[in-house]
Amino acid sequence: MGLAKRIIPCLDVDNGRVVKGVQFVDIRDAGDPVEVAKRYNEQGADEITFLDISATHQGRDTMVHMVEEIAKEIFIPLTVGGGIRKVEDIRTMLNAGADKVGINSAAITNPEFVKEAAEKFGSQCIVIAIDAKKVSLESEPNRWEIFTHGGRKPTGIDAVEWAIKMTQYGAGEVLLTSMDGDGTKAGYDLELTRTISEAVAVPVIASGGVGNLQHLVDGVVKGQADAVLAASIFHFGEFSVPQAKAFMAEAGVEVRF
Amino acid sequence: MSQSIAIIDYGMGNLHSVSSAVEHVCPDSEVIITNDSTRILAADHVILPGVGAIRDCMHEIRRLKVDKTVQQVIAQKQPLLGVCVGMQALMTHSEENSGIACMDYFSGNVKLFQGEQFTPGHSDHLKVPHMGWNNVAQVADHPVWEGIVSDTRFYFVHSFYVETDDHVIGRCDYGAPFAAVLAKDNVVAVQFHPEKSHQPGLRLIRNFLNWNGQ
Repeated sequence: MGLAKRIIPCLDVDNGRVVKGVQFVDIRDAGDPVEVAKRYNEQGADEITFLDISATHQGRDTMVHMVEEIAKEIFIPLTVGGGIRKVEDIRTMLNAGADKVGINSAAITNPEFVKEAAEKFGSQCIVIAIDAKKVSLESEPNRWEIFTHGGRKPTGIDAVEWAIKMTQYGAGEVLLTSMDGDGTKAGYDLELTRTISEAVAVPVIASGGVGNLQHLVDGVVKGQADAVLAASIFHFGEFSVPQAKAFMAEAGVEVRF
Repeated sequence: MSQSIAIIDYGMGNLHSVSSAVEHVCPDSEVIITNDSTRILAADHVILPGVGAIRDCMHEIRRLKVDKTVQQVIAQKQPLLGVCVGMQALMTHSEENSGIACMDYFSGNVKLFQGEQFTPGHSDHLKVPHMGWNNVAQVADHPVWEGIVSDTRFYFVHSFYVETDDHVIGRCDYGAPFAAVLAKDNVVAVQFHPEKSHQPGLRLIRNFLNWNGQ
């Protein structure tokens, strides 16, 4: 009993198609985000996150239509991130049916954007997405820095200070991706997750590096995350959402069935 | 159950989720998103949603005379469902935005989740907003609970909560118990988002649309 830890499948979408591949046997079109989202919804996912990685305007327009289609059929919260740069982008996505939007690099260019967005639309729908990498040496105290451009470009901004600042500016949730862990299947950066989760007043979603179900448990128990996000372990049919929940419940984590 | 359902639009937030959920459970219905009192007062069922800050919500509710319309909806016994800030707007007063007087249909105040447990550094730190799926205990019978078991989880996202002991039919716990669902006469108000609460949420909406308000 009590607030459940959330499990959030994440879909990377490029020009209206799920990329990184999805392998559900009975999905008609494996790359159709609407079909994939429906499946996760039926499986009992607590929320769904879409990351728009389209580079073109056409791709972004496709994303808006896709969110409209999904929102008509799926009655759990939807978060959309990627390419959210202006107040107008937020309005477009919320009107299309997104419940929350993730702001990443636009906040680095202009931190006031987060303040403006939270004032206009409410903190509950503004997620600050943080891509962080460890920059301290083994012998030094931990320090993480914000990176952009898929982890290639350092910004010099301290990740913990940034998380605190952005939540003070009104972001209602932190989507924290470890760029060291992303794609490695070695698990979340638990120290980073715990440090930020303990430093901010709002919920933190752990992301980046999940390779097995124990990693989800660790994210919550050791990383103190309020929600865990994963992509490939679900996409490739390795594990289903119910399996993940059963495993977490077995480990003593409060989940929704 | 072909019928008309008015969703009151006072410019605060996204009404599409609520209307999609209504259309999903009641495909033959006519869903009207409006602040026009004539159309609202002619509907079979009325929904008062709301997101964002209470000051802005109450400002728009008063400016558009939605408060007067809501009073008439209540007086002529149309079933009314308040959702999230729509619930909070029906209370006496909210402490958000340095204190805002609300519509005072339900007596009780809206308060911030605060105190030691909600502060970073606490060993069992509770995050604000209260965001995610939490259990709702059914503390009194009501037609909207039909087919939903007590302690079912619904999706919440809010930083302020309703404090009252009157007319509570559903209670949730986050640091302390709070009122998750209120019901009085032809009015039901929920703090969570039924339109985002998957099957149980859709069931609650369907139950509301099947209810005649008595």
